Amino acid sequence: MESQLVIKVILIVAFAAFAIFLMLPGRGARHVAIRRLVMVLVLALTVLAVVFPNTLNAVAHAVGIGRGADLLLYGLIVVFIGNTLLQQRRSHHLERQITLLARRQAIVEARLPEAGNAPAADAPAGASASAAVSAAAAPAVSETASRRPGTAD
Amino acid sequence: MVPLFNEETVIASVVENALPVFPHIVCVDDGSSDGSAAAALAAGAVVVPHPINLGQGAALQTGIDYAIAQPSCSYLVTFDADGQHLVADAQAMVARLESEPLDVVLGSRFLDGRTELGWLKRLVLRTAVVFQRASAGIHLTDAHNGLRAFTRDAAAKIEIRQNRMAHASEIVGEIAKKKLRYTEQPVHVVYTEYSKAKGQSLWNSINILADLFLN
Repeated sequence: MESQLVIKVILIVAFAAFAIFLMLPGRGARHVAIRRLVMVLVLALTVLAVVFPNTLNAVAHAVGIGRGADLLLYGLIVVFIGNTLLQQRRSHHLERQITLLARRQAIVEARLPEAGNAPAADAPAGASASAAVSAAAAPAVSETASRRPGTAD
Repeated sequence: MVPLFNEETVIASVVENALPVFPHIVCVDDGSSDGSAAAALAAGAVVVPHPINLGQGAALQTGIDYAIAQPSCSYLVTFDADGQHLVADAQAMVARLESEPLDVVLGSRFLDGRTELGWLKRLVLRTAVVFQRASAGIHLTDAHNGLRAFTRDAAAKIEIRQNRMAHASEIVGEIAKKKLRYTEQPVHVVYTEYSKAKGQSLWNSINILADLFLN
């Protein structure tokens, strides 16, 4: 039991590092740099593990795991979870950008009803700001029948 | 301002019912795949079309952005597209904004006995209310009512980042954060066969929680 302490500490530290990483502000050079460094590190470790499979076993024993294959599995889990969290955040960010883009396009492409369909109450003269609910208290929008779609503010 | 998504069969009557009272109606078409946008336009509403489906929260924010870009807009009402709200309720809410020192009037279906709904839905909505009270410090009786009235200034201060259904809780949070003066107004929610069939499934409450927490 006690021999597994080392790997437990390593795993807990790894997940704590994820948590801290995720709480840091999302962008900036440092963030990208850390991600790339971790990526290079993971790749280097993979290559080493392929070239010297026995060291994997030795390292596993050193941290209190029976087999190198188990160590590999633990490593895979850590990388997988970290990657999932990063991707989740990325897609969140992406969704936000798409939303803002779509919103801007939607407002540019707003279509106004044809003049014939505009209700009589829409007469511009009646639209003094606070006078009547029916004139000013509109759910939005000030278009008058004469305005053309392209000229919406 | 009406968030619109695949309500082709009812949107025209919703717009036509509201037009005599609210001459400026904006339908934010949230990427409907049916003829909703054309129907709303033909009925006399402005249609602001999302190029893709983003969710009701995103549609509300788009509508707010569009509305406050119009200089003559002094009040803004959010109104569901499926015909479950009454125009008279919306009118009364705006009248309160005009006559009382308020920034926001929120509709509540629990303040009087007019609205009938099942015990499970009631329970879920009650739970949401408790959650909002804990997270925003605002006590409302109805957590997810689509009928709301804002003054222009209040609408400009609200920022909805929750694209999907969690926006209702987010709006309450914004009201608390921006220290807006709010009140609730009893409104009737008409559960027709149509809106029951289309309305939010209770499964959505799980999605809402997930959206709120997994940010």
